[in-house]
Amino acid sequence: MQTFDLGSEGLRALNAALHALKGQTNMTSWEVVNPRGAHAIAAGVDAPVDITVRGSTGYYCAGMNKLATIRVKGSVGPGVAENMMSGTVIIDGDASQYAGATGRGGLLVIKGNASSRCGISMKGIDIVVHGSIGHMSAFMAQSGNLVVLGDAGEALGDSLYEARIFVRGKVKSLGADCIEKEMRDEHFAALEELLRRGEADAKARPEEFRRYGSARKLYNFNIDNASAY
Amino acid sequence: MTDLPRTPPRFSATFTPAVNAEIRRAAASGIYDIRGGGTKRHLPHFDDLLFLGASISRYPLEGYREKCATDVWLGTRFAKKPIHLDIPITIAGMSFGALSGPAKEALGRGATMAGTSTTTGDGGMTEEERGHSKTLVYQYLPSRYGMNPDDLRRADAIEVVVGQGAKPGGGGMLLGQKISDRVANMRNLPKGIDQRSACRHPDWTGPDDLEIKIMELREITDWEKPIYVKVGGARPYYDTALAVKSGADVVVVDGMQGGTAATQDVFIEHVGMPILACIPQAVKALQDLGMHRKVQLIVSGGIRSGADVAKALALGADAVAIGTAALIALGDNDPKWEQEYQKLGTTADAYDDWHEGRDPAGITTQDPELFSRFDPILGGRRLKNYLKVMTLEAQTIARACGKSHLHNLEPEDLCALTIEAAAMAGVPIAGTSWIPGRTGF
Repeated sequence: MQTFDLGSEGLRALNAALHALKGQTNMTSWEVVNPRGAHAIAAGVDAPVDITVRGSTGYYCAGMNKLATIRVKGSVGPGVAENMMSGTVIIDGDASQYAGATGRGGLLVIKGNASSRCGISMKGIDIVVHGSIGHMSAFMAQSGNLVVLGDAGEALGDSLYEARIFVRGKVKSLGADCIEKEMRDEHFAALEELLRRGEADAKARPEEFRRYGSARKLYNFNIDNASAY
Repeated sequence: MTDLPRTPPRFSATFTPAVNAEIRRAAASGIYDIRGGGTKRHLPHFDDLLFLGASISRYPLEGYREKCATDVWLGTRFAKKPIHLDIPITIAGMSFGALSGPAKEALGRGATMAGTSTTTGDGGMTEEERGHSKTLVYQYLPSRYGMNPDDLRRADAIEVVVGQGAKPGGGGMLLGQKISDRVANMRNLPKGIDQRSACRHPDWTGPDDLEIKIMELREITDWEKPIYVKVGGARPYYDTALAVKSGADVVVVDGMQGGTAATQDVFIEHVGMPILACIPQAVKALQDLGMHRKVQLIVSGGIRSGADVAKALALGADAVAIGTAALIALGDNDPKWEQEYQKLGTTADAYDDWHEGRDPAGITTQDPELFSRFDPILGGRRLKNYLKVMTLEAQTIARACGKSHLHNLEPEDLCALTIEAAAMAGVPIAGTSWIPGRTGF
């Protein structure tokens, strides 16, 4: 276990050390202490290592993560795991705005609640939120899965493309071109797997969820849909 | 009665035939007019400025003997690896998707031969442009299509795009005709849909957030890459100041003459400011902050010749960027395709339906039959020639003003032909010492 004191050694030294990990490394387990809400902690990691951050972080923790498993033993600021490519990011607490924004792969697990615009413009990432999510979540979401065990705020899935949204609780309102869709066998199976990977299988069953997706009416411009834009 | 003289038909200056045609088009189609390029209206521009050559009070440099340097450093503020270009004329961001792969390759080839940089666009980085561009700027856009840390790291600089001159406040648009399998795959989108890029970044809002975003990008790239911030010409004083505050190494200001792949005509023609009005405001912001020449300024929008380059630099820019002019150099709108332009209901030098993907020159298309017409090697050579000519032209003017480097040109070397240009550029009307809005009235 490599222990890194962010308070004394600084962010640049941490990220430089993590970026130096390429391919096979013996230093596969890292612990970051005294994060004190710093921004961009473990941003741009590109190695199959485990990193545990003991405390809460600021903006863009685990940004553009590739391969790494990053756990935050606290809450995270805006843009956690933004544009993540692969790997796993697990947040024990809550997440602020834009969690998983534009993520292209990997798994983001938020064990508390996520604020507004969770999964905005997601492009293949899977996001599992144990609590609730705020307004405008999955806005312009292109692909991937957003699973919410709690409730969703206003305008869920506005201008959605091909991402799938599963919500167990209430949805305050759906955004433009987002509709409820039938849960078929393949969706139950996919959701079961997502809940398992998201460490939520003990909390919820696939049968309790509803599925939302794109009505695909805004894919090509039609003047009669102008009021929807 | 029939022998009385008749009043000849008189067209309205308000409801011109062109205006009426647009009303009829809108009524018939139910959709606004979409097109490529920049504004086509007449604007105060560099043509309204002249250089005051050397005479008794200034002496010139010998045209073919005495050196006039043209190089520029970009990103000297924070980046560990700033960019050094041989000429201060860069290639602006244009997306793969809007342009064909061979066209992107040609831009890389031409820019590299001329010793300058090219820039990606709203569709990610292609191998064509990375492979053929010695210096490549990677755009970081609201859509984040194709964004990934590997391309960030193999770029030579990063340009955070907040806006562009053709549509400040607007997002991108790529209509379904151009969403080929390859484009769709790069953008994680279904094939054939109309793709609308967001107008705001998904994970930051405002200058305080931007500062943190820039810090994240620097961390991911280990503080090596220069980071540009590009804004559309709307409030250049404040936008430049806020970009500097946010930690930019380079500010890019794009005037409304700057082109786009596709946007509503009403947006292109009615939003934004001409580049002539933007440059002095941006320079003043840098000067007020004590950052002129420390944070570099790149300006774009309607740059066509070495004279335009020299005038932009004289007003205080460090470099310029060209987009539309580069496409024309490659062969866009060439009269040799006139018969095909006619079939499309247009004519050479007026073709702007780039979004339809039917470009006879094979540049703004994803149709393999059309883009195979375009030779990227020849196109690259033409672009190199054009960049070299522009540089020679700018040097010619600079030497005539007695300058041994293009960056030594200054507003004092300029005068204006019109009150509007004088007021915008902050230089006196020719033959006077009057700068409207500054000196006397």
